[in-house]
Amino acid sequence: MARVFMKGCEAIAEAAVRAGCRFFAGYPITPQNEIPEYFSRRMPEVGGVFVQGESEVASVNMVYGAASAGTRSMTSSSSPGIALKSEGISYCASARIPMVYANISRGGPGVGSIQPAQMDYFQATRASGNGGFQMMVLAPSTVQEAVDLTYAAFDYADRDRNPVLLLADGVIGTMMEPVVLPEMKSDAEIAAIKASKQPWACTGHKLDCAHRAWIQPGQWSTAVQQEKNEEAAALYLSWEKDVQAEEYLVEDAEVVIAAYGISARIGKSAVNQLRAQGVRAGLIRPITVHPFPYAAFDHIDYSRCKAVLDVEMSIPAQFVDDVAAAVKDRCPIRTCLCSGGNIMSREAVLAAVKSIMEG
Amino acid sequence: MEKIYTRTKTIQEDKVSGFCPGCMHSTVIKLIGEALEEMNLVEKAACVLGIGCCGLHMDYIAYDNTTAPHGRACAVATGMKRSNPDTLVFTYQGDGDFASIGLGESISAANRGENITVIFINNGIYGMTGGQMAPTTLIGMKASTAPKGRIAGEHGYPMHMCEILNQLTAPAYLVRTSCNTPANVNKTKAAIKKAFQNQLDGKGFSMVEIVTSCPTNWGLDPLASLDFIEQKMLPEFPLGVIRDR
Repeated sequence: MARVFMKGCEAIAEAAVRAGCRFFAGYPITPQNEIPEYFSRRMPEVGGVFVQGESEVASVNMVYGAASAGTRSMTSSSSPGIALKSEGISYCASARIPMVYANISRGGPGVGSIQPAQMDYFQATRASGNGGFQMMVLAPSTVQEAVDLTYAAFDYADRDRNPVLLLADGVIGTMMEPVVLPEMKSDAEIAAIKASKQPWACTGHKLDCAHRAWIQPGQWSTAVQQEKNEEAAALYLSWEKDVQAEEYLVEDAEVVIAAYGISARIGKSAVNQLRAQGVRAGLIRPITVHPFPYAAFDHIDYSRCKAVLDVEMSIPAQFVDDVAAAVKDRCPIRTCLCSGGNIMSREAVLAAVKSIMEG
Repeated sequence: MEKIYTRTKTIQEDKVSGFCPGCMHSTVIKLIGEALEEMNLVEKAACVLGIGCCGLHMDYIAYDNTTAPHGRACAVATGMKRSNPDTLVFTYQGDGDFASIGLGESISAANRGENITVIFINNGIYGMTGGQMAPTTLIGMKASTAPKGRIAGEHGYPMHMCEILNQLTAPAYLVRTSCNTPANVNKTKAAIKKAFQNQLDGKGFSMVEIVTSCPTNWGLDPLASLDFIEQKMLPEFPLGVIRDR
C-alpha cells in the first residue's frame, strides 16, 4: 500500500474512519485540534456524523449516546479536556458501551502548557473517572503506530464492550511522518458491525421487556451492581493476553531504558547511539501501558544490569511506579525526567546512562 | 361490555413504579406510553433518562432506554439521534437536570435545533436527593438548602425555560402544560403527541415543559399539592404554547 505523509492527529482521525468510526464529537483544545477539524471534513464524505459539542463534557456524552445506539464512535481531547470527559467515560465503562477516545496530552496540572507532556499517566491507567473501572490504554511512539493502534482500538472496544484510550502526546499528534494507512472497511462491513450490536443497542425494539434495550450505567440493586463489577474485573484480568511491548537489545544490556510514547522513541535513538559507542544499552517500551507488560522486565539479565533508567516527560515521575512493580528490586531504578511541556532530549538520556555506567 | 380504558402496554405488568403517592411522574409516564402506542412508535422509541426521580421508571417501562449523566440527556440524545435518525429519541428530565446542571447541554441542543423531543418535568424542587432548591423553585418557597425560602437577592429568580429557549431561532415547539386537572392532563398528552410528530416530520427541537407536584418535598398532601400548583406555580409558570412553527 502507498505511503502518505500525514500529521499525527489527522492520521489518527483517518485511521478511525477506516476502522468504521461514523460518529465523532469533540471540542477544540490544543494540541489536538486537527482531529475534530479532519473529522469535520471527512465524515460527510463517508456518511458519518461530526458534531462540535458545546464542551468536552457534552462531546463525550454525545459519543455515549451514539455508541449506545451501536455506532462506532470516538472523541478526542487533550489533558484538561480529558479530565472533563471523565464523567462520560465512567458512564460508558459502567454501561459497557464500546467507544474510543484519544488524549493528545500536554503539560499539566491545571491548564498547564500546550506543549507535549506525559503528565496524565496515572489518570489514564489508574482513574480516568469515578468508580474504579479500567480500560485498555494504548501508547504509540510513532505516527504509524498511532494509526495502527487507533484502528485496533475499535476492535478491542467492541470485543470488550468497554472504552479504549489512545494515550498519545503532543509530539505524536502534531508531527508529520510517512504512514501506511489500514484498509478502509466497506459499508457492508460497517453495517454488519452495527447490526451485531442490535440486541443491546438503544434504537427501538419490539414491545416486550425481554427484548428492550436497557443501557444501565448504574444499578438499583447492590447485589446486581456487585455482580456487574465482578464481571468487569474478570474482563480486566483477561487483558493479560493483549499485552504488547517492544523489547530492544535487552538480553545483554547493562542499562535498560524503560519508557513509553515519544520518550521511548527518543530513548531508542539513545540506545542506538550508545551501542555505536560500545555501551550495552537496551530498551523496554510498553505499547499497552494498561495492561502493563510487567513480564517483559523478567527478560532483563539482572546479573549484569546496573540499573533500569525510567525516562518520562513527567515531574514527578508516574510511569516509574509500574516500572518499579515490574523490576521488583532486582536492580536500582534511576530516572531521567522533564516536564512543563519540555520535550525529552537525547543528550539528557545519554548523560543519565553514562552516569549509571560510571557507577 | 366495551373496554374503553386500559393500562398502557409500555408499562410492565409485574412492576411497581416506586413513585410517591400523588407524584405526577406516573401520570406523565403513562401519557408518554399512551402517545407512543397510539402513534405506533413504541418499537422506534429510545428514551434518555435524566438523573433523580426521572430515572425511577427505567425498571418498569417496556421500551428502550438509557440513563444520561446528570444534565447531559440532550447531549446523549444528540448522539443517539444523529447516528440513528430513524429512532424516536426523547429525553425525560427534571428541573435540576434540564435547567441547572444541564443548562449548557439543553440550550445548545435547542440552539442546534436537534431533532429530538424533551419532556421537562418542572416541580420546582429536587426530589430524590431530598428537597433541595431547584432553578425553578419559587421565591419564598422553602427547600432543604434554602431553609428560609428562596430569596431573590441571594438565589436569583425562578428560571422560565420555555421563555429562555424562545430567545433562540431554531426550536420548533415550546409548550408549557400541567397535570393538575383532567383537562390539563389531556392537553399534556396532546402536546407530547405533537412534539413526537414534529420529530417524525423532521422539524427539530421540541420541548414539553410540564408543571407537576412533589407532595413529599413540598410537605403537602396530594390534594393540597394540586391547589399549590394552581395558586402558586401556574402564576409563575403560565401555561400555553410559547412557540409553534
